[in-house]
Amino acid sequence: MHNYITVRTKSDKVSFQLSKKVAMMIILLCILLCGMMMLALSVGSDFISPVTVVKELFGYGTGEYLFTIQTLRLPRVLLAALVGMALAVSGLILQGIIRNPLAAPDIIGVTSGASVGALLFLAYATVSIHFLPLAAIIGAGVVSTIIYLLSWKKGVTPIRMVLIGIGISAFAKGIVTMLIVMGEEVRTSRAYIWLTGSLYGANMQDVYLLLPWVVFLSLFTFIIARVINVKELGDDIALGVGVKVQIFRLLFLLISVMLAGTAVAFVGGIAFVGLVAPHISRMMVGRSFAALIPISSMVGAIIVIFADIIGRTAFLPKDLPAGVFTAAIGAPFFIYLLFRTRNQ
Amino acid sequence: MQNLLTSTSMKRSVLIICCVLLIVAFILSVALGQTSIPFQLVYDAFFNYDASNSEHVIIRTSRFTRAVVATVVGASLAIAGALMRALTRNPLAAPDILGVNAGALFFIVCAITFFSMDSLIHYMWVAFLGAGIAGVLVFFLGSLGRDGLTPIKIVLAGAAISALFISFTQGLLVIDEQGIQSVLFWLAGSVSGRNLDMLLPVLPFIVLGGSFAFFMGRSINILQSGDDIAKGLGQRTILTKVVMGIIVILLAGGSVAVAGSIGFIGLIVPHMAMGLVGTDYRWIIPFSAVIGSTLLLLADIAARFVIMPLEMPIGVMTAFIGAPFFIYIARRGLARNA
Amino acid sequence: MNHILEADALTVSYGNTNILEDLHLQVPKGKITVLVGANGCGKSTLLRTFARLIKPKDGHVLLEEEKIRDLSTKSVAKRLAILPQGPIAPEGLTVLQLVKQGRYPHQSWMKQWSTEDEQIVNDALEATQMTPFANSPVNALSGGQRQRAWIAMTLAQKTDLILLDEPTTYLDMAHQVEILDLLFDLNSRENRTVVMVLHDLNLACRYAHHIVAVRDKKIYAQGKPEDIVTIDLVRDVFGMGCTIMNDPLFGTPLCVPHGKGIKCCLRA
Repeated sequence: MHNYITVRTKSDKVSFQLSKKVAMMIILLCILLCGMMMLALSVGSDFISPVTVVKELFGYGTGEYLFTIQTLRLPRVLLAALVGMALAVSGLILQGIIRNPLAAPDIIGVTSGASVGALLFLAYATVSIHFLPLAAIIGAGVVSTIIYLLSWKKGVTPIRMVLIGIGISAFAKGIVTMLIVMGEEVRTSRAYIWLTGSLYGANMQDVYLLLPWVVFLSLFTFIIARVINVKELGDDIALGVGVKVQIFRLLFLLISVMLAGTAVAFVGGIAFVGLVAPHISRMMVGRSFAALIPISSMVGAIIVIFADIIGRTAFLPKDLPAGVFTAAIGAPFFIYLLFRTRNQ
Repeated sequence: MQNLLTSTSMKRSVLIICCVLLIVAFILSVALGQTSIPFQLVYDAFFNYDASNSEHVIIRTSRFTRAVVATVVGASLAIAGALMRALTRNPLAAPDILGVNAGALFFIVCAITFFSMDSLIHYMWVAFLGAGIAGVLVFFLGSLGRDGLTPIKIVLAGAAISALFISFTQGLLVIDEQGIQSVLFWLAGSVSGRNLDMLLPVLPFIVLGGSFAFFMGRSINILQSGDDIAKGLGQRTILTKVVMGIIVILLAGGSVAVAGSIGFIGLIVPHMAMGLVGTDYRWIIPFSAVIGSTLLLLADIAARFVIMPLEMPIGVMTAFIGAPFFIYIARRGLARNA
Repeated sequence: MNHILEADALTVSYGNTNILEDLHLQVPKGKITVLVGANGCGKSTLLRTFARLIKPKDGHVLLEEEKIRDLSTKSVAKRLAILPQGPIAPEGLTVLQLVKQGRYPHQSWMKQWSTEDEQIVNDALEATQMTPFANSPVNALSGGQRQRAWIAMTLAQKTDLILLDEPTTYLDMAHQVEILDLLFDLNSRENRTVVMVLHDLNLACRYAHHIVAVRDKKIYAQGKPEDIVTIDLVRDVFGMGCTIMNDPLFGTPLCVPHGKGIKCCLRA
């Protein structure tokens, strides 16, 4: 086991193991992420050189670009990063629980549930738009709960959950379609933008709201990561090794829903990050779940930031929703990935 | 799962009864709606047509067409669903579940947005292309990995590809905001607002596909026992599968071109048909066609009344009926049924 | 205590049908016990109920004289390891990663990889001769190697009792013997109790100290192979006529099944 770093306290009371390869990857990705963030802060309708960006951020600049950087771009970049992380980890957890590489947060009704919540809000609410994320989270929570309860038949099996998730999602999408069709034109456009997923109008408040959730939930998942490793071997083996399968399944689902739900609530239905990011990570570092968490989050963050950059700059002066590009980049890449691994 | 009808004569009689029900549903579809039209008037509209009578006109133009479209689309989606089920040996296969509808729809929206196409014939070919590509992708995705094409993998692959195309479609609609309003109702699935000219170009393909399906019943039965056994019995399995695939594309693509994306018919109807007649595809296909038409007609009638005076898009209606049914099947433990 | 695992008036059902009814069985400690029976007779169900994967409708399973129902699942996992039939490893999982999972019941949030864990995993790999394959993906190995990897995982659990459900079913003859030899060694060297379901009666006779024949929801017979494997047993349990002789190499009972062509053979 020469390619592992082992951490142990003297009396063996605390012990962890880390693979050298993983450690290297994490460092690499951190650098890549920072680079991507710098890029995002620099490009846009005005190109601001990275040097200027740094100066402005730390107060050494002229203040000329302060507004652009601090108020317009920075929150957007940070939100993109957080959303990418949340979705990636959520997808990672789901793929582990459902034991299928094609599982994604929408299967458990997160996106469709949030859509229902958001669209009901857009159609009927009289309160400030700031409550939209709340409506979306409630929608996600309600729909996911319904799916879980309907899947319960002396326990929940992954297959049943997937199927029922697909059924309920279709139902929810029906509601969404109906709301769109019945709504006014103005609201319809907005609805579609939300459905596609957009970072437009992001502000620091959103970031502050989302940050604690993502950090806390990701850390928590990290701590209980080894349970998923075992669960991936099958319910029987997991039981045989002493895992309380049903309880942990519920717990992981909850975490997955909360992560994806909060992300989608702020940004709308961004697709594919939860599906693709875990795959890319697995290609880099293999299957150890604990390692996959930081790696997936960073990959997810990079994807969303990149998609937003394209959305903001490629079609100037229009500002297209990032969701279009997460699908546009994510999907072909995903298909390519699967094609490459088809015989393994 | 025990089927209700066991002897051929029973099956024949019930099929005839179903056809009668279909005709009744058709007539109801023409008669009922925002303005209820008495049957006498319906009869008159067809046999003693008076062009100046506005009610006759309504019947002839919109109601009748609508009913015809519903009949054709219902039957074709149901047959497509039955074939997909046979092809993938998976009771959860249906054009909407496996992304075929989403693919067709996306390509159509692309055509409208980028090429400003508006002729139905173009829609149709584009829909075929989209349906085909989506189908191939799903099949391919679902077969990856060591254990080949398992039911759960293909369902998940279908969900992924559906999500893909739907995302793209939504994205396009965001970019081209004008486009939304004009295609909105149709995106959600609609059999109204069509005239017969719209149906005509697609009709030959659907009829062709449907007829082929009828005659392929025996081959499909053999395929159900497994590729190896079918080959052992002398069937050209690859040819059979390819033909089945083409028929599905014609039927599903054609339906989407005319009526937008209507879900769940392809899933529920074959299931009902199998409950009645068992696993013999020579019976399943005709039964599916008839039940499919009837179901869609009834759904359309319901869609007119449920949120009066507004009309619910039929795709939404089928989702509302279909999803609970799907969930019920999933809970009962579908995986064991072939 | 000379029996480590016991079934007491066990009734197990699936839906409304009883698969096992009022079954009593005591599994002797430190020996190899093999469950045999016809397809669908319930031997796998019995094994899985012993492993607490299935909850019985009635009756108890006793692990070292304690009701297994009263024990926490983790504590059971420290005393009993189960290898179910046909386990599937996720794509890309290496042998080492798989075997490490076996240490789960002994680990905690803080203690994820102690020196003891490392030693035991290494030992498990040694015992199954899988050390050279530690970094290979499980799914890339041959049938026999893959099965050894899974057995290494159960060994890493460091339990006195190992249950295996048809560990040799998809393996060719050489690999079947390889696995059974390994289990025999583990039993004789480390005194671990082994309980397994085998479908091959002859291999069962060769390797088992104690055979249990399951039929008609109950135990038909149990005991040493040479004592209970008779023509009558084979006929009653498997519904087949046979001739029993002594295995020329090992001396254990060897069952030669009759079949359709038997009449002409006997005559000749």
